[in-house]
Amino acid sequence: MNLRTPLAKVRGLGSAKEGLHHWWALKLTAIALIPLTLWFIYSLVSMTTLDYLAAIGWLQSPMTSTLLILFVFTVFYHAQLGIQVIIEDYIENEALKITSIILLKFVMLFAGLAGIVAILKVFLGL
Amino acid sequence: MAAVNRPLSPHLQIYKPQLTSVLSITHRGTGVFLSLGALFLSCWLLSIANGPESYTAVQQHVLSWYGQTILYAWVFSLYYHLCNGIRHLCWDMGFGFEIKTTYISGYIVLAVSILFTIATWCLVRGGV
Repeated sequence: MNLRTPLAKVRGLGSAKEGLHHWWALKLTAIALIPLTLWFIYSLVSMTTLDYLAAIGWLQSPMTSTLLILFVFTVFYHAQLGIQVIIEDYIENEALKITSIILLKFVMLFAGLAGIVAILKVFLGL
Repeated sequence: MAAVNRPLSPHLQIYKPQLTSVLSITHRGTGVFLSLGALFLSCWLLSIANGPESYTAVQQHVLSWYGQTILYAWVFSLYYHLCNGIRHLCWDMGFGFEIKTTYISGYIVLAVSILFTIATWCLVRGGV
């Protein structure tokens, strides 16, 4: 015999547990990426030359580094959330699924952080 | 228990490809492809931080025919994912669910991403 009320069953089994935060973060980063992506393309296209000194000069502008750090952070955050959904949808084997998600999070965090450190290194002239 | 051949729900390969389903899977495809682009962006930024030699080495690949091909595939994917992402955000707000509207918005997304890719190519060629 089950003494739980129908309402309690629904509350315990609904989809809106941690999934809501994942969805919200995906949408929030998507909205932030609309202006950031347009700026990123504009900023790259408006560079007249692509030699080393031009690239250094580009990164040494405070506005460029700030927006670029924001862009890299948001891109990697958004990308790992999106790929996580694809892994969850297409990989059936539970162990492989969890391993792939953990690997994804580690790789994306490392690559995103490395990009940001590179920007800061050039910006600070280290 | 004996295996019973119960009817299964129709699978992807049964359906004729439609604009809506093709655009949907393209959104995922471009998402994965752009994630590789994000990894490359980090490599490119690291090459700048590493000094002129590594930057020139990376830049040689970027400016080669295969580098340019991948680069413009990334540019198209970026515009596509951006436009279709806005389409998704509109759906999230409850707009554009009618069959006719999804087709119109789908064609707009395709047209805008192709046009913007060509425009970006022209601007880069014209500028440099």
